[in-house]
Amino acid sequence: MFVNQFLILAAILFCIGVYGVIARKNGVMVLMAIELILNAVNLNLIAFSMRNGSVDGQTFALFVIAVAAAEVGVGLSLVLLIYRNRRTISLDDLSEMKG
Amino acid sequence: MELFVFVCATAMIIVGALGVVLRKHPVHAALSLVLTLFGIAVLFVAQHAEFLAAVQVIVYAGAIVVLFLFVIMLLGVDQVENLKTEPLAGQRWVAGLVGVCLLGLLGAAIYTGADSVISRGEGIASNVAGDNPDANIQQLASSIFSDYVMAFEVTSILLVVAVVGTVLLSRRRTAGKS
Repeated sequence: MFVNQFLILAAILFCIGVYGVIARKNGVMVLMAIELILNAVNLNLIAFSMRNGSVDGQTFALFVIAVAAAEVGVGLSLVLLIYRNRRTISLDDLSEMKG
Repeated sequence: MELFVFVCATAMIIVGALGVVLRKHPVHAALSLVLTLFGIAVLFVAQHAEFLAAVQVIVYAGAIVVLFLFVIMLLGVDQVENLKTEPLAGQRWVAGLVGVCLLGLLGAAIYTGADSVISRGEGIASNVAGDNPDANIQQLASSIFSDYVMAFEVTSILLVVAVVGTVLLSRRRTAGKS
């Protein structure tokens, strides 16, 4: 099995995630799309660690998973806070910082 | 056999990812995310990263998706996103364009550098002698606790900060204290 297939699959997954981040308006949905992007990165790390014959890529992927868990915790609590204050999680309604 | 596993896992991943970005109902999107994460765990096993596959299933599919489902439950399940209305003109169209252009760029980069990454490495688990089933875990542990022990400690600080921040943010402020 070649590394290229994994890189192309990770690229497709990354682009689907980017589409989700831009197109979805629900805050929770945007966080899910960010998870897709992080998983694409993990796939790349594992593929290259396989290619290198070294385990460093897997170590980095482990750290990426830890950071993703922290990010989801903080992000979802922010979404809850926004919902508690505004009664909506639609990102288009949060326009106070519009220039 | 390897190709068969790869094709099946790829189908799972792509279908799940499209479900995450296209399904209207948040719960359906979260379940599609589970499908994607399981497909990625299958690919991890195929790449001899067994420990990471276990971590992927336990942490992502077990903890993070459950967290998503809890928040969806707290916000009310009936909030189906209306995919028709577009307050920003052409936002969805622009998002699709950005996605396709990015895919083209990444594909071009992979195609350009294809000859340097096309070969399969000698494999990781074969570095430890014999077919030791714990080879991957042992290698990973010696890497984390020797080379990257500093990053490991910093990660613990990050997790503590994240937990404290989450509790602080989602705490309902009592009336007595400011």
